[in-house]
Amino acid sequence: MKVLFNTATKRSFGLVMLLVFLSLLFIMSMKLGVHHTTWKNIISTFTQFNNSNEHIIIRDVRFPRSLIAIAVGASLGIAGALLQVLTRNPLADTGILGINGGASLFVVMATTLFSVSSLTQYTWIAFLGAAVFGSIVYVLGQTTKSEHSPIRLTLAGAAIAAFTMSLTNAFLVIDESGLQEVLLWVSGSIAGREMDMLLNILPYMVIGWVGSILIATKMDALMLGENIAKSLGQNTIWVKATMGVLVILLAGSAVAIAGPVAFVGLVIPHIAKYMVGLHSRWIILYSGVLGGCLLLISDLFSRLIAMPRELPIGATTALIGVPVFVYIARKGKYTS
Amino acid sequence: MKKNITVRTTNMSFQFEKRTICLTMFLTILGMVVFFLSLSLGKTFDPWAVLRVIFGQGSKTEYLLIVQYRMPRVIIAVMIGAALAVSGAILQGMIKNPLASPNVVGITGGASAAAITWITVFPALSIQYLPFAAFAGAMLNATIIYLLAWKNGMSPLRLVIIGIGMAAFTTALTSMMIVLGPTYVANKAMIWLTGSIYGASWAQITVYLPWIVIFLPASFILLRSLNVAQINDDIAIGVGSPLAKQRVIFLIIAVALAGSAVAIGGAITFVGLMAPHIARKLVGPSFGGVFPISALLGAIIVMIADLIGRTAFQPLSIPVGVFTAAIGAPFFIYLLLKNKS
Repeated sequence: MKVLFNTATKRSFGLVMLLVFLSLLFIMSMKLGVHHTTWKNIISTFTQFNNSNEHIIIRDVRFPRSLIAIAVGASLGIAGALLQVLTRNPLADTGILGINGGASLFVVMATTLFSVSSLTQYTWIAFLGAAVFGSIVYVLGQTTKSEHSPIRLTLAGAAIAAFTMSLTNAFLVIDESGLQEVLLWVSGSIAGREMDMLLNILPYMVIGWVGSILIATKMDALMLGENIAKSLGQNTIWVKATMGVLVILLAGSAVAIAGPVAFVGLVIPHIAKYMVGLHSRWIILYSGVLGGCLLLISDLFSRLIAMPRELPIGATTALIGVPVFVYIARKGKYTS
Repeated sequence: MKKNITVRTTNMSFQFEKRTICLTMFLTILGMVVFFLSLSLGKTFDPWAVLRVIFGQGSKTEYLLIVQYRMPRVIIAVMIGAALAVSGAILQGMIKNPLASPNVVGITGGASAAAITWITVFPALSIQYLPFAAFAGAMLNATIIYLLAWKNGMSPLRLVIIGIGMAAFTTALTSMMIVLGPTYVANKAMIWLTGSIYGASWAQITVYLPWIVIFLPASFILLRSLNVAQINDDIAIGVGSPLAKQRVIFLIIAVALAGSAVAIGGAITFVGLMAPHIARKLVGPSFGGVFPISALLGAIIVMIADLIGRTAFQPLSIPVGVFTAAIGAPFFIYLLLKNKS
């Protein structure tokens, strides 16, 4: 396998370069937009805030938005990396496997049926939805006790995704009030989110990130196969259960704040693997940073392509992600 | 007693299975009963009004309500159901995968994206062209999927997987179009996407009818070669079927049936998956029986889904697509579980 960075030093260097790239994107994301701002304005927003329009836009709109993009991207990227090992499926993604769909169905149901509107409640409801539908798809994808068939899993995920999407649409049709706002959320959006929302959810995300980095050493063995991992003395059930909880934590919190953003979790781990090879801890780290980059790029694209209107970011990531999906699907061998 | 009835003349012969004929008759009667119920049920249940209207005795309001509002809606339901079901049967036979259906392989998605684009870009143009736009979108998407899945030959599974990917792509395009379009279109598009036949009119039926009249009989004429094709590629080629050519023809028929159905009724999902399966359970795998039975079943499913949608939750009216998905997705999961091996 061709690997871009084949020693630990090179990998650390690569990570630093990616972090620099992420910071550059972050700055671009602060600068570019419908409202024109100068570099000086950006700096003075943080040094001497003066309540001018530019400063408010930068502080209250673009700054939180960019941070949310990074947090959501990192969470989805890492969730994808975990999921691909957990299901032994290169096509696994929280969107394709219906986990995002389940989380958003529960959130939409909660808002329309029980008029829930606080973000803390959103978060727990999203976790619940992700857990319920994630488990259903996981169980359905199993052929025997422990083996997963990638195709079955993808098919089960597609069915569950179609099911949740149709029910979500139904609830939206029933409750037309605020359709426009929810519509943007349902196709994935990080527009108009406030700093509070991020701070509310960040603890869960951080637990997910740190947990994933900690569990990564166990993943190396699991990647070789369940039996090998077992014979190396690993309690695979416990490891897999932990990974499952981490995926739900990461995907659920990402959906709670940004709606179902698909394909980040699919694309990112593959790029990470190409860069660092099969070293789980590095894959997780790279997936986090790359996920942040991808979401910032997608967000910039969504904002700038049809100014002053905005595309839902979920649509942009799908447009980027599907060609990768097709490429990976073509590489696989399918014998019926 | 013989199982089959054979009709032979000098230059053609048909063989009808008795079981199939009985079932077809039974389902036709059942379909007519549901049709009648759909006409009579609204805010109130009034079958006598329907009878009065049929025999030309009804009042003006009754006539307006039943002939102008309910009847086109129910007829559209029948047409859409039959078209989707037969399209699904063709796809399942051709792809040799029981999980194939118009929405899984991206026909519905392509048609939806094209139709929504059409509505947003040319809001003023008549709906008459909508089936063509939807058909073009479905055909384009199906062709792309077919080409992308082609790699030293056709693997049915790869086709399904790539179809799922392209379905996500078209969904993204669709939501892009909705968000970019004018606000008043968004709500309309949303309802349409869920699959509904609220505003069915006689005008829509005349637009849609040619598609049904051309492509439904076409599939019945060609079903013999599909019978061979579903067994095995080698056998089909061995008995002299021009397989590659036939695949293209069947794909066009399946796309035309499902694409035009989506144009009229929106994304009504899972009918094309369920109906052929139930049909196969009832009459076995031969398409001579599967086609008529699944067409009837599809029609009945969509009629019942629409009936429940508009009467059960009054004053709300739930789109048909919600019910078909609510029944269809568990059905799909059941199929997945059953095929565990």
